[in-house]
Amino acid sequence: MPWVAALPVDAIDADDVARWDHAGKSYAIYRTSDDAIYASDGLCTHEQAHLADGLLDGYLIACPKHNGRFDIRDGSPRRLPACVALRTYAVRVDAGVVHVNLPD
Amino acid sequence: MGRVRRNYALTGPEREQAIADGLASASWYQTPIDRKTLKQLMARRNGPALRDTAIWFALLLATGYGGVHFWGSWLAVPFFMAYGVLYGTSCDSRWHESLHGTPFKTNWLNDALYQLASFMQLWNPVVWRWSHMRHHSDTAIVGRDREIGTMRPPAMVMKALVTGGTTLWLSYMRVLISHARGHFSPDERDFVPADQLPAATQAARVHLAIHACVFAACLWSGSILPAMLISLPRLYGIWLLMLLALPQHAGLAEDVLDHRLNSRTMLLPLPLRFIYWNMNYHLEHHMFPMVPYHALPALHACIRHDCPEPKGLIETWWELFPVLRRQLHDPDHWIDQQLPSGAGPARIGPRLLH
Repeated sequence: MPWVAALPVDAIDADDVARWDHAGKSYAIYRTSDDAIYASDGLCTHEQAHLADGLLDGYLIACPKHNGRFDIRDGSPRRLPACVALRTYAVRVDAGVVHVNLPD
Repeated sequence: MGRVRRNYALTGPEREQAIADGLASASWYQTPIDRKTLKQLMARRNGPALRDTAIWFALLLATGYGGVHFWGSWLAVPFFMAYGVLYGTSCDSRWHESLHGTPFKTNWLNDALYQLASFMQLWNPVVWRWSHMRHHSDTAIVGRDREIGTMRPPAMVMKALVTGGTTLWLSYMRVLISHARGHFSPDERDFVPADQLPAATQAARVHLAIHACVFAACLWSGSILPAMLISLPRLYGIWLLMLLALPQHAGLAEDVLDHRLNSRTMLLPLPLRFIYWNMNYHLEHHMFPMVPYHALPALHACIRHDCPEPKGLIETWWELFPVLRRQLHDPDHWIDQQLPSGAGPARIGPRLLH
């Protein structure tokens, strides 16, 4: 699976989330308050709202539309109406840039 | 376009048309707000809701105590008028905000308030959670949104305005009984996931069991007083809610993808904003539903340059009531909200573009 350069770490505020579009898909890249980086699909599994417009609280991302929540570490749904897990991706930071491990 | 007699059923032909027209779970207009400001507006805090909930409970206790103390004399009337509004009207906004999970930072506080307020509403907490999710996805989209309160022609609403809370109370009780028996309408089955229906049945049974206990207490005591405190405030105290909540969407456009055209903000004095937990900023709430009630005045200030000029309660009804009356015989009539100059272009939606 290829590692793809996504966003500079500095483009994401601490305790926030940023949208990254690549190859026709949208992803959400998270930076927690202790500077840990995570990545997931960018659209809520409930109704396709962009999670990058939502609110990150600790390890939980809240969808901006209905406040469905997911754990960004494993994508598990944590609050209705989110029922289906979010797909998450491995990340690494090289030279200040977040790289996401995407499937072939 | 001469449309008459829309079919509002969620399982009817308008549902398929709405989906075909791209109106289901669509992308809606949002006034641009920079990310830092929006994050500040969305931030969760426990303080304001703890304070306001404590005041609410204290007022309920004080007015309820007064009503009980003076029961049997006319002095009980003003106490129960106040208690009824604090119970039967205020529970709606508490239900609504806690459903969104925004008033408290601590989530179990949101959930606890949601369960309590759902009971006070006489509403099934499971069914209405999913109903309201749909309302936010597809606000005032015919065939998709079952919370269109003023379906055209708005005969039911006019009846409810005339009969006060009686019609609504009877219909809420009838629905609860139906849910307790495991019966759900085709519309409800459209938006409630099938695996949630047993929980909905269970919740209705618990609610009805409590109301049965209240009824038994009335029989035992030979007085209606227990029901005045628990089961009936939604009947005699909902009148103010109808005045505050009906203007949320009434008389405005259907089938648009722009909350500035189908949702209405009203300016209210502080006591009414407390009773209604700022839901008078309804346009703002729909456009950014993650913003807690206590931050809605600040959100209003941020986006008002892009929105129709809000009116006060009396001014709103002065405009709205004649429109509802006209819709009784002219269902194709609605208020075309005027956006200020310089506002972002309206997202009309394909049905009105025809």
